[in-house]
Amino acid sequence: MTAQTLYDKLWQSHTVHMEDDGTTMLYIDRHLVHEVTSPQAYEGLKLAGRKLWRTGSVVATADHNTPTDHWDLGIQDPIARTQVEQLDTNIKEFGAKVYFPFRHENQGIVHVIGPENGVTLPGMTVVCGDSHTSTHGAFACLAHGIGTSEVEHVLATQTLLSKKMKNMRVDIEGAIPRGVTAKDLALAVIGKIGTAGGAGYAIEFSGSAVRALSMEGRMTLCNMSIEAGARAGMVAVDETTIQYLKGRTYAPKGEQWGRAVDYWRTLVSDAGAVFDRTVTVNAGEVEPQVTWGTSPEMVLSIEDRVPDPDKEKDAVRREGMERALVYMGLKPNTPISQIMIDKVFIGSCTNSRIEDLRAAAAVVRGKRKAANVVLAMVVPGSGPVKVQAEKEGLHKIFIDAGFEWREPGCSMCLAMNADRLQPGERCASTSNRNFEGRQGTGGRTHLVSPEMAAAAGIAGHFVDVRQWR
Amino acid sequence: MDKFTVHNGLVLPLDRANVDTDAIIPKQFLKSIKRSGFGPNLFDAWRYLDEGQPDKPNAGRPLNPDFIMNKPQYRGATILIARENFGCGSSREHAPWALHDYGFRAVIAPSYADIFFNNCYQNGMVPIVLKASEVDQLFHDAAAFPGFKLVIDLGEQAVAYPDGSKRFRFEIDAFRKFCLLNGLDDIGLTLRHADKIKAFEELRRAEQPWLF
Repeated sequence: MTAQTLYDKLWQSHTVHMEDDGTTMLYIDRHLVHEVTSPQAYEGLKLAGRKLWRTGSVVATADHNTPTDHWDLGIQDPIARTQVEQLDTNIKEFGAKVYFPFRHENQGIVHVIGPENGVTLPGMTVVCGDSHTSTHGAFACLAHGIGTSEVEHVLATQTLLSKKMKNMRVDIEGAIPRGVTAKDLALAVIGKIGTAGGAGYAIEFSGSAVRALSMEGRMTLCNMSIEAGARAGMVAVDETTIQYLKGRTYAPKGEQWGRAVDYWRTLVSDAGAVFDRTVTVNAGEVEPQVTWGTSPEMVLSIEDRVPDPDKEKDAVRREGMERALVYMGLKPNTPISQIMIDKVFIGSCTNSRIEDLRAAAAVVRGKRKAANVVLAMVVPGSGPVKVQAEKEGLHKIFIDAGFEWREPGCSMCLAMNADRLQPGERCASTSNRNFEGRQGTGGRTHLVSPEMAAAAGIAGHFVDVRQWR
Repeated sequence: MDKFTVHNGLVLPLDRANVDTDAIIPKQFLKSIKRSGFGPNLFDAWRYLDEGQPDKPNAGRPLNPDFIMNKPQYRGATILIARENFGCGSSREHAPWALHDYGFRAVIAPSYADIFFNNCYQNGMVPIVLKASEVDQLFHDAAAFPGFKLVIDLGEQAVAYPDGSKRFRFEIDAFRKFCLLNGLDDIGLTLRHADKIKAFEELRRAEQPWLF
């Protein structure tokens, strides 16, 4: 048999039917549902009088629209409240394997709760009406975002119509320097291949640096593959994967655990498997990254300066840079380390797991937020992450430093709730997108790691966390 | 779903690369539980000078006169041309809903983000890929000739100038083309294979019971 990539294996093992032109009906194992991209899909089912194909595949939570403070008051925004209540109604009517509604102790960001509860398992196809579904690829899943019509299609048929993507390997070798994180690796890859570099591909992250990452780090890396244009990112199964899953609530137990692990160990690319494209990154050369513009590919190291569009030859790119500099209120050649910030956001499906909070807390311990920083907020990814952090006293460290300790949710990553930037405000953010208006109309986002965001909150401007004392 | 066969329409040239879905429809409008009504908020942050909200009427909001969509000669445009990686970012289908609700029936660009590209097909809208040089030509002619129109013939897989002076062919998956030409809904087509899905599922349940 010819050598297969991990993606080839996942694709083949889920193919139900294929049309002559290659359009393939893929079986979907896990369907994650949240309030924003599902109401129209459930409405479609109802209008057509269709049933849900398999209730046990659905795991749902409310995360995008929910507030991160004053939970006792419920959801103040009536439009957001209607949407969250609509999810309650739909789940009640159609059913789910697991549902963590607003204020449930396990509620959280959909991409945090899946792995945390063991409902994301190796070898699965995982879909969700959210582009950061790529996060789950860290568990050797074929996981990607879908639109609402596709959500309806999966609810009704348990399958997705899809065309096979090409294979890309991103090989990250070498020891990861101190102060450099999975987020920096992800941003460095995006800087290298561009925000459309992975379009049409499924990316497998491999190499000694990836093997050395925790599951949290691998999730961060896969999460950001969509920012490189690749719908799906993935990492092969190894001991780290298996150890993470052991004992999780919905992970297999007893005899089934042994069988599952035997199968999961096959979820690696075969030696000699052919990739359409391979990109190599030397982890040792990666420095803490900071985005300067309005696309994640507009990224530099902390030691760099804001670029000068006059040096860009391509007209479309140059205009894009000029527009980004105006929007971001930055002048060419400004050292990144001299950019002053107004807010800090530590959270999102990219960086809100316990490891992220520990790393940020280690940076702020015993220090105080800078006077020019009007708000520094820490938003844990889920209820259990919050509980764990509080057990370790991390919340105390943040609060003592003048940071706000919030309830879990997507929060200011996309600013659908009340957490947002005001026009012109500049934010050091651990989220995943720095698009215009993403964190609030007119808001200016710089994407960084949790350590870098925390350090910027203390210093009032970006600083090289490798020199942090 | 609307059928798409031949469409003759006015072109709006949006000369930007990496137009993201947050720009196409900002997040505050995603709180809606409907599929329609997003058109007035398409490109909201670029189109208006104030901030739009889902519960705020759009009539009377100050328009940004510099944004191309607000120029009178592009009123009624139904074909959008843009640069590479159009629709990058989130999976929100609200982006194609907003384009469609405004009146667009097709987008022409050198490349698209994968999720947006798929989402278009679900809404009777065609995302057409042309070569960068061909898109350049379209931008040039859209600027040179007021009222520049194009004819899209899905059956022929061609984008043509109404006077027949230029014609560009494009590729499309046979299945997608068939669905668009006939206005067919994917779910109905898939459920014809319900027995096959059931059989596949039973096998999977036997082999990997922990997934169920």
